[in-house]
Amino acid sequence: MVDFSDKQHRVKIGLAEMLKGGVIMDVINADQAKLAEQSGAAAVMALERVPSDIRADGGVARMADPDVIEGIKKIVTIPVMAKCRIGHFAEAQVLESLEVDFIDESEVLTPADYKNHVDKWSFKVPFVCGCRNLGEALRRISEGAAMIRTKGEAGTGDVSEAVKHLREIGTAMKALTVTPEDELYTTAKEHRVPIDLVRMVAKTGMLPVPNFAAGGIATPADAALCMFLGAEAVFVGSGIFKSDNPEKRAKAIVAATTHYKDAGIVADASRGLGEAMKGIQVDSIPDEELLHTR
Amino acid sequence: MTKKQLQIGVLALQGDFERHEHQLSLVGAYPVQVRLPSDLDQLDGLIIPGGESTTMNYLVDRYNLRSPLLAFGKARPIWGTCAGMIMLAKNIEDNLSGVEPFGLIDIDIVRNGYGRQVFSFTDKVEATLNGSLAVLDATFIRAPRVTRAGSGVTVLAHYRNSPVLVAQGRVMASSFHSELENDTRVLEYFLKQFVAP
Repeated sequence: MVDFSDKQHRVKIGLAEMLKGGVIMDVINADQAKLAEQSGAAAVMALERVPSDIRADGGVARMADPDVIEGIKKIVTIPVMAKCRIGHFAEAQVLESLEVDFIDESEVLTPADYKNHVDKWSFKVPFVCGCRNLGEALRRISEGAAMIRTKGEAGTGDVSEAVKHLREIGTAMKALTVTPEDELYTTAKEHRVPIDLVRMVAKTGMLPVPNFAAGGIATPADAALCMFLGAEAVFVGSGIFKSDNPEKRAKAIVAATTHYKDAGIVADASRGLGEAMKGIQVDSIPDEELLHTR
Repeated sequence: MTKKQLQIGVLALQGDFERHEHQLSLVGAYPVQVRLPSDLDQLDGLIIPGGESTTMNYLVDRYNLRSPLLAFGKARPIWGTCAGMIMLAKNIEDNLSGVEPFGLIDIDIVRNGYGRQVFSFTDKVEATLNGSLAVLDATFIRAPRVTRAGSGVTVLAHYRNSPVLVAQGRVMASSFHSELENDTRVLEYFLKQFVAP
């Protein structure tokens, strides 16, 4: 049952609300976390390797070492998130016991369960999940996610997948607002989600939880583009600490996210940042190495 | 003659400013997003929303909002919720992140004073609004705890022995998020008491 009057669930969505308009930055140690906080990050994502390194190194990617997470928690006052593998509820329990503020059940890590996601209702800590389309978003929400983000294609510096996912979700939500009531049952069946969730979107044209962008964001203008396309905040993974000047780039992306409608400010933020992360064009990645299809 | 519609700014650097805008439109006020100093010009009052005070602090300085906001707070009403309360406070205990608060209300706070997110909660809070008791549903999200309120500060609500809704002069601050509820009583109190008495 998707119960949005549930107190625990409202408190979870409440934190997601507080992160709106902000930038959530991937960090792998306390120094990076401090730099992210000083550069205006609204939260940090603690992990062992950023997505571009996970992609380069190959192998199985797992939850970070608790020591890494604890070290980061100690040094910053902003919320600390951490990733667990898809369906790995034992990793999620570990992260909850470490009192992280948000868990990202993430396709960037190697999935632990190819059929089931974590039952997120049974946790006190809120979850964010990735999605490519409205059906995926609503399935994750029905499992208890308090925040949705696009999957994009992490670790590439290529924003095109995130754009595709934002547009796809935006268009599908708009379409639902003009779908006749009696057709919503079929929509729910097609998306494999409860009818009450579909009705909620049809009524408001919005997801019932905050909707953020992630995957391939590398520049201030990338962040602004995602905000224009309906993202309410952005996650930046490899884009910051794999660039020439992480501090300057972090600050620039924060500025561009807040002032995304002001092209002059985005232009200013984009000046003299040095090289962005080198990046890989999504088209050039073999299908079996894509993360967003997980 | 129609009554002039109040123009209330909401600091829109980061955080849940849209929730405040929504509440403002429910009570018939006109919400204005504030991101740059010039946005403050025509306002009757300002709300600093919940969010991350370190992010707000950084953007306040980068876009030269500090002295305009201080001047605004000395002349016109401001209400801060959660991160907004942190920004308005006099002193932040254990200030690891270097946020420079405005000192517009004589309170000391400790960030995340009720614990991290797993300890965030909602509960009933009894507030004294316009001389009568109002029972509010209050949501505390990694909320700041007030550790000292100066003698000039009026405490409008307590929770677990700490002040959670306070006012001094034209400045009001709350550690909980009334804007997350479908209840505009705290906002209406702010408007009636401080903006358009």
